[in-house]
Amino acid sequence: MATHAEHLEHHGEHHGPPAPHYSSRVTPGVLGMFLFIASEIMLFGSFFTAYFFVRVVNGTPWPTPPFHLPIYVAFINTCILVTSSFTVHWALQSIKRGNVWGLRAGLLLTFLMGLTFLITQGREYSRIGFAPKDGAFATIFYCLTGLHGAHVFVGLSILLFMTIRAFRGHFSAEHHHGVEIGGIYWHFVDVMWIVVYLTVYVL
Amino acid sequence: MRNPLRSEAEAFRFLLVVIVAALVIVGAAYANTWLGVAAAVVAVAGIAWWLIQEPVPGAADPAPRLTSSTPPGSHRVLLVALPGTGSVRLRNGATEIVVVVPALASTVESLTGGVDDRRADAERTAERLARQLPNARGHVGADDVGLAVEDALREFGADEIVVAGDEELAAQVRSRVTIPVSRA
Repeated sequence: MATHAEHLEHHGEHHGPPAPHYSSRVTPGVLGMFLFIASEIMLFGSFFTAYFFVRVVNGTPWPTPPFHLPIYVAFINTCILVTSSFTVHWALQSIKRGNVWGLRAGLLLTFLMGLTFLITQGREYSRIGFAPKDGAFATIFYCLTGLHGAHVFVGLSILLFMTIRAFRGHFSAEHHHGVEIGGIYWHFVDVMWIVVYLTVYVL
Repeated sequence: MRNPLRSEAEAFRFLLVVIVAALVIVGAAYANTWLGVAAAVVAVAGIAWWLIQEPVPGAADPAPRLTSSTPPGSHRVLLVALPGTGSVRLRNGATEIVVVVPALASTVESLTGGVDDRRADAERTAERLARQLPNARGHVGADDVGLAVEDALREFGADEIVVAGDEELAAQVRSRVTIPVSRA
């Protein structure tokens, strides 16, 4: 979009005040993203604070005996989710080069891997042997992984619409903003999972 | 500080950095849990430092210069004065005057939102100057002179800006606008 100064440069004459405009310090898009990140940090931060108090301040054993966390299944799930970030990146790079089939394949693979992650997590919940009511450890475990799972579900919904739009030919080398935004969200979900995996399963 | 989610490419790059950090933490935690915790603390500090050090794209670009003018027969003046300015004498001929006084605040005051006193100072100055000048009204501006001028010009198309301050302040305003800037 041309700036006001550029407009003047081309058209010369000008009367009246400059067009209504946002502050030059921060654009609405960047401000929106900052607010989104801040709200997510506070949301996840509140759950990590609870985790910190339960495990460090209160000294609750992690995991509390006799329960065990399926570290290796979660590791495979982590690999699946991380790989899905590579495929969504590939999808965006493809459409930037005008490769529509690369976009479709990339988004479809991403969606399938995200779905696999969510189903595996559901299976993990059903076999893990404890419920949220079984003490502070179990509550925090379900809260942290469940909160992330909700984000994956939202991401999958976005990916579904992106994939449908890709197969209907809505994106091109010039117009792919929808893929860009969805990709950012998916990477964010991936980063958050790595943090959750490290704190809940590894450390 | 750079926003790691500004674009998909930047988010992907951030993810790669987090993956590398995670591998280091997993490796350290495999040897000893506390070593893993130490690696995590170092990794978080390192990533935070990296994000803070990264230059923000476009931050070094000069701000677009603003211009405005009014219909023939009118001469509108935007007077920029710092808080505490006692009186200002303007040349005759201004048909309308807007006085804008930026509510300058320290970094701590801005960050904590404790700017009420600074705004009150600016408001008193704006009201006093507006009473002294014919056809004038006063406004409190942002906590940055350039931004206060920019905001004022969005609502008030001025033919001229008069700065009640030193040459440094006038030069600061001049760098942001294309309309004439003079000192009172």
